[in-house]
Amino acid sequence: MPDKRQPVVELVHLSRTFEQRGMLVKAVDDVTLAVNEGEVVCLVGESGCGKTTTGKMIAGLIRPSGGEIRYNGQDIWRMDAAQFRKYRMAVQLIHQDPYASLNPAHSVFRILSAPLLEHKIASNPQAARDRVRELLMMVDLTPPDDFLDKYPHQLSGGQRQRVSVARALTVVPSVIVADEAVSMVDVSIRVSLLNTLRKLKERLGVTYVFITHDLAVAKHFAWEGRVAVMYLGRMVEVAHTPQLVNHPQHPYTQALLSAIPEPDPRITRTKERVQLRSLDVPSLLNLPPGCSFHPRCPRFEAGLCDVMVPELMEVGTATRVACHVVTREAAHALRDGHTTSLPPAAP
Amino acid sequence: MTKTVLEVKNLWVEYPARRGVVQAVRGVSFDLCQGETLAFIGESGSGKTTLGLALVRLLPKSARVRQGNILFYQNGRVQDVLALSQEDLRQFRWRDCAMVFQGAQNSFNPVLRVESQFYDTARAHGMTGTAHVKQRAIDLLRMVQLDPNRVFRSFPHELSGGMRQRVLIALGLLLQPQVIILDEPTTALDILTQRSIIEVLRKLKKELDFSLIFISHDLSLAAELADRVATVYAGTIVEIGGVYDIFERARHPYTQALTHSVPTVTGDLRDLTSIPGSPPDLIVLPPGCAFHPRCPFATQRCKEQEPPLEPVGEGQFAACWNWREAMNKT
Ligand SMILES: Nc1ncnc2c1ncn2[C@@H]1O[C@H](COP(=O)(O)OP(=O)(O)O)[C@@H](O)[C@H]1O
Ligand SMILES: Nc1ncnc2c1ncn2[C@@H]1O[C@H](COP(=O)(O)OP(=O)(O)O)[C@@H](O)[C@H]1O
Ligand SMILES: [Mg+2]
Ligand SMILES: [Mg+2]
Repeated sequence: MPDKRQPVVELVHLSRTFEQRGMLVKAVDDVTLAVNEGEVVCLVGESGCGKTTTGKMIAGLIRPSGGEIRYNGQDIWRMDAAQFRKYRMAVQLIHQDPYASLNPAHSVFRILSAPLLEHKIASNPQAARDRVRELLMMVDLTPPDDFLDKYPHQLSGGQRQRVSVARALTVVPSVIVADEAVSMVDVSIRVSLLNTLRKLKERLGVTYVFITHDLAVAKHFAWEGRVAVMYLGRMVEVAHTPQLVNHPQHPYTQALLSAIPEPDPRITRTKERVQLRSLDVPSLLNLPPGCSFHPRCPRFEAGLCDVMVPELMEVGTATRVACHVVTREAAHALRDGHTTSLPPAAP
Repeated sequence: MTKTVLEVKNLWVEYPARRGVVQAVRGVSFDLCQGETLAFIGESGSGKTTLGLALVRLLPKSARVRQGNILFYQNGRVQDVLALSQEDLRQFRWRDCAMVFQGAQNSFNPVLRVESQFYDTARAHGMTGTAHVKQRAIDLLRMVQLDPNRVFRSFPHELSGGMRQRVLIALGLLLQPQVIILDEPTTALDILTQRSIIEVLRKLKKELDFSLIFISHDLSLAAELADRVATVYAGTIVEIGGVYDIFERARHPYTQALTHSVPTVTGDLRDLTSIPGSPPDLIVLPPGCAFHPRCPFATQRCKEQEPPLEPVGEGQFAACWNWREAMNKT
């Protein structure tokens, strides 16, 4: 069970505000989540819900405006310079767009050998060359000698993304934050890229924070891990992946899953849909009071949901949900002596 | 669904480029029936948009239609789209066949209100009477689940991406075309917005009598809406057939791999197929079947001769020399 492992990275009441049109908006609001060693945690949600901002905070690239990121128990923004530098190496971010993140003027060999030499991971050019070959094989760019002298524009999108992964691996990270890392890759090669990433988890024991807007990809990548669903900057549900996709608890998760068009006509044409009360997504500049989802939520209760912001609460083993109605029902079920496992999800 | 409204025969489109000639559409033939929804699926760069643009003759100047026929049937009349005069073409484009472009929701004229877009389009195509146009526009906006009171007088930037996409669909239907082509209508939109567009299209199809062609790299959209599906690879249709046949009994190895490469969110984990190699370069195509370098069933013949579409089932056609072997192995 992942729960017995040590947390590597902890997000503790993590928040981040930005200024937009002269106003402060909360792009990430009070997110608490422990990522255990060797675990895969997916952050999912629609665009603008705060996934990238959370990922950048985890990678130490932007500073939280509230709360903490802890690495092996230590607040990363209270580390001394040397510790922080180590942290920045231990946690590597892979971006969505390999075009933007690879220097077009450098060969694959140079892209990969530079960090090896800079951080003295390889002591001399020959050692660097050997290590670059190993890294290329690890990301399934084989035979490696075919790729050493290529420039980014000579590679396909999928190959470029593999080079980005190899570069992240140069500094032997313990955590990889992959932000929409497969979203721009053609579907026919997406699976093999996902397989490569999964293999690294097994072989190197890396911990993944895998960010995606695509719940089906999250499910495929993190079946043994967990999924955290975000909505307008807040985490609304966290659960083990099979539980989350088969028995979603939060009305937003239910709506999202039921709305997803599926690449299978029989499944997609017979899926039950959760009807929302409104299609409009509120702006961060003008969030509704109480639960941000209440104006759209089919289970909305006046006087409750539009008044109090729901906290994430345990509603079963390893499932946490931020919804007044769901937590109340779970508490009742428990009191009435029903099974302590989760109530079946509404369709 | 027997009346043919559109017939495309052996269409070839290319773009001259510095490195050589991009063969974007290679010998595409298909029919579209009255009231039918036909989806073109395939990965980016496979020539789908070029095909759509060719159908309404809106290709960029640099493109060349090397060969082919596009025949449009209406009230017992046939129009040869490639032979239409500029004036006839203008009429054809909105009255007979309208196209909503890929990413068009981001290319609205920012200074025109939604109402002006409707009035201008109507005027340009001889649809007269402001009251009449307004009434039709309002009806259409309602049909695409927009509040006409709010949307009609809005500027594009006041609407979300999903709302703009729905405005464009309504606009496309203004002159009651027989055929509407939607290029990637849900790409880059959030799930809940995609869902609303899909439901809108489903409803429109029920209420109005038009044929729909849509183009998408997203197989889910085809699974949701299509009656028939055509798989496009390297500028050509490699398989075409009924939606259930394509998703459940695909005969072409590429269609098989493609439909097994995307995960579903419902149900337990299923095994996904990965396709080795990368999509081809349309300037230097592999000889023979363009898919052969990535195909697990490729034989010597595949490296030499490009296979034609041949019947592989009821209303289903695939372009593969070895479809029987592929069928038995899956
Ligand atoms: N540098 C920034 N300045 C202002 N607003 C920002 C900045 N970065 C992100 N945001 C805002 O924060 C919110 C969350 O963005 P992001 O984390 O990129 O979401 P996601 O990755 O889920 O799409 C959005 O409203 C976005 O506009
Ligand atoms: N205006 C153009 N000039 C040159 N090449 C083009 C042009 N438009 C598209 N292409 C090329 O034609 C091929 C097919 O493109 P496109 O029709 O856009 O495919 P799809 O819509 O399937 O992504 C691609 O190789 C693309 O680079
Ligand atoms: Mg993002
Ligand atoms: Mg396109």
